[in-house]
Amino acid sequence: MDRAAIIGVGMTKVEKSKVRETFADMAWEAVNKALADAGMTIDDIDNVVTTSSDFWDGRTISCMAVGDASGAADKNVSCVEGDGTYGAFYGYTRALSGSYKTTLVTGHSKGSQCVSSLITNASFDPIYDRELGMDMITACAMQANAYMNRTGLRPEDMAMVSVKNHGNAFKNPLAQLPMNITVPDVIKSEMIADPLHKLDCSPVSDGCCAVIIAHESVATKFKQKPVWIRGLSFCTDSFFFGDRDLARSNALAEAANNAYKIAGIKDPKKEIDIVELYDAFTYQELLWLEEMGLADYGKAAKLLEAGKFNMDGPLPVNPSGGLLAGHPVIAAGLYRIAEVVMQLRGDAGEHQVKKAKTGLAHGVNGLCGQSHCVWILDKER
Amino acid sequence: MSDQFQGIEPMVYQSKINVPYSWWAGDTATRFFVALRDEKKITATKCGACGKVFLPPRKVCPLCFTENAEWVNISDEGTVLTFSVARRQLAAIPQDRKVPVIWCLIKLDGADTAMLHYLDEIKPEDVTIGMRVKAVFSEKRKGTIRDISHFKPVK
Amino acid sequence: MAKRVAIVGTGQTFHKSHRPDVNGQELINEAVQRALADANLTMKDINAILIGNMDHFEGINYVDCWSVDGSGGVMKPVIKITTGGTTGASLAVGGYHMVGSGMFEKVLIIGWEKNSESDTTGAITTAFDPVWDRQVFAGAISGLAAEAQAYMARYGASDRDAARVSVRDRKHAMNNPHAQLRKEISLEDVLASPMLADPIHLLDVCPRTDGACAVIMASEDIAEKICPNPDWLWGTGARHSYAYLGDCDWGRLTSMERVAKEIFKKAGIKEPRKELDVIEMYQPYSFAGLIWIEDMGIVGYGEAPQYVADGNTDMGGELPINPSGGVIACNPIGATGLIRCAEAAMQVMGKADARQVLDVNFAVSTGFGGCMWTDMLLHGKKKPN
Repeated sequence: MDRAAIIGVGMTKVEKSKVRETFADMAWEAVNKALADAGMTIDDIDNVVTTSSDFWDGRTISCMAVGDASGAADKNVSCVEGDGTYGAFYGYTRALSGSYKTTLVTGHSKGSQCVSSLITNASFDPIYDRELGMDMITACAMQANAYMNRTGLRPEDMAMVSVKNHGNAFKNPLAQLPMNITVPDVIKSEMIADPLHKLDCSPVSDGCCAVIIAHESVATKFKQKPVWIRGLSFCTDSFFFGDRDLARSNALAEAANNAYKIAGIKDPKKEIDIVELYDAFTYQELLWLEEMGLADYGKAAKLLEAGKFNMDGPLPVNPSGGLLAGHPVIAAGLYRIAEVVMQLRGDAGEHQVKKAKTGLAHGVNGLCGQSHCVWILDKER
Repeated sequence: MSDQFQGIEPMVYQSKINVPYSWWAGDTATRFFVALRDEKKITATKCGACGKVFLPPRKVCPLCFTENAEWVNISDEGTVLTFSVARRQLAAIPQDRKVPVIWCLIKLDGADTAMLHYLDEIKPEDVTIGMRVKAVFSEKRKGTIRDISHFKPVK
Repeated sequence: MAKRVAIVGTGQTFHKSHRPDVNGQELINEAVQRALADANLTMKDINAILIGNMDHFEGINYVDCWSVDGSGGVMKPVIKITTGGTTGASLAVGGYHMVGSGMFEKVLIIGWEKNSESDTTGAITTAFDPVWDRQVFAGAISGLAAEAQAYMARYGASDRDAARVSVRDRKHAMNNPHAQLRKEISLEDVLASPMLADPIHLLDVCPRTDGACAVIMASEDIAEKICPNPDWLWGTGARHSYAYLGDCDWGRLTSMERVAKEIFKKAGIKEPRKELDVIEMYQPYSFAGLIWIEDMGIVGYGEAPQYVADGNTDMGGELPINPSGGVIACNPIGATGLIRCAEAAMQVMGKADARQVLDVNFAVSTGFGGCMWTDMLLHGKKKPN
């Protein structure tokens, strides 16, 4: 198979409410940043994939709102609905299928404009489950309970993730919530749904991210150092919670193993230098690390406590602050990709980690991590 | 934001999307809800190939991809696999339920998959994974999942 | 190296105005089982699934996640593409790139809609910008009426010219057991039917339908082992025309013009009228059957009314359009664009039964949706170079 690289990224600041900006304004900012980063003009872009959600945006054909601002006016364009990592996956295939050489991928959402509980409640099956009134938070609380029961994880263990990620956010000027907190602060914060306290949960934010993917034949043509896409994969689990083992994530294990296989990675614990994963809730950082094979099942908390995943530790996880520090749904996974790209280029500024040759970026779709998309990126070809 | 917008207050429009729905349950779900409503019976479908019993009932086995022709009766008692307790009155919670609201995944005896429902007549602190529970049916039943009012602990 | 891509199997439900006997997942499953049977494959053979619909028509968020029991997506890669009315066609384009990239050898593409379950106009209205356009827009019909009026004013056409398109498509549908509306109508029937938005009558437009369609695409490495005469995809493309209502060149579908030029140039097609053998066009209303074939380059501006009236686009004519009966006979929105693709594929593969056009070498299928968006696929009997 031919190779492709990411040759430009642009991220808006993640904020609680970008009241002065429309979806298109956010796209305009992110796209221009990505073009400037790549040293390209919009004419150098062959095709565009936007990522959005009709539900989160409150508009049918939500991609319409950002098409022009994403430079799609006289270009081949399409839209993926789901996390940005999926949109980027499609954009990647479009750079390799022979029709185009460069794909611009954007992802956006404005959490400030909707009532997230109702939006996520709409993911539940309308015939059997929806009227019981669960949403993403109460669903993930259910998963957290299953995971804690299975592994002996304690609330204090989960809280450490929040402390780390909010703390990391001080070094990321784009993060929404840099916070200097302790484990007791997390435990004392409002209990929203047992065992998830307010500080165990990510906010629902506004933001837009853009990345430019290029076929290898043009990846070095522009000004930026390319970051190579070594492996990528996605996988979806069963839908009904009762069909799944919520304490595990088979779909993530499958996606990660597939991505490692394509990337030729035999020992991820040794070969991955930095991870940006989908920490919508504290317990998820731990469960996802384990299912990705970066920690043994049930053991991530101990490693976290020992400092393994700190910014200055042997395997930094979410040095950007992750989603706990700011969560623009849909764009979220694309931000993870962009952050890893910046790290591998040595351009992450204050939150740059020391060793950054191979990185992993991760995105999630659906309730309780039903579907996962894993990317392996590398500084070297 | 550029200078040209300095001093101009951002305008915000409030609105609502009102797209009424009615979802066809389909024959399979209809049969399930009729049994629930008229006979207070919980039923499920069984895959002829792998033998798995699905609750909620499926027309087609998602793993074997063959049609499930066999219906089986399921006990109204089962085991709690996991649970969730809402403490904040989140917007999706129905109006007639005030926090704390407890949901759980219950593996009813006879089924291979678990179903989602409420747990009641118990304090949140006393809920344990692995506890036994029993369905309590609503007085007025309309053919929806809330024809079961909630599950309650069994000694 | 990029791979060449072929369609090796298709499946559709028998589309109806209401399907109360099945829920959405079960509807999807019907189309999927038929496509697998057509290609002589099982779910185990499928490497990835693409699915789409228009969210607000079913009121389900994250449909790709919700539908796995019906789509066969459990423990497979599943992704959702949605672009409004043209979703089905965008899905087909998506499958082409997913396979063409070399990432997946065989993909299953699903488009579906249960329009009976929702307020279609209410949902479509949410496509339009809430600050500028939504308050004055009333669903899809207003935009189409504006286009029809502009075309009539520019080229002197009449609603009678457009009605001829409806008559043609409803007659074609008689050959298609999957179509929803299978009753012929006359020119007088169309012109006498209630006026919805001047100049569009009720019988000028598509119905609302429950239906699903599935298409299986495979890479050149394996396509011919699955199906000895597959439908090769020669090219795909998409363009959109606007985000705000005022941006369009009313009376011309600029997106169709641009994407057709791109695809025909790439394939070396210089005279589409002569070189194409059949077109399955996403034609949501009759006037489109005049306006958009001009934009596609089949005939010149203003020439379509005469071309159609002379029977050139009827079965047996020079260039049959919508042998399936098209969108006017059947419209499960999320599936519709994919049905056009499936129908074109069936024509190339010689599987179109009573609606088969003879000796098909090249076929075109298109999608249309909000922001006057056009997707187009060029299908061919021969393997592309």
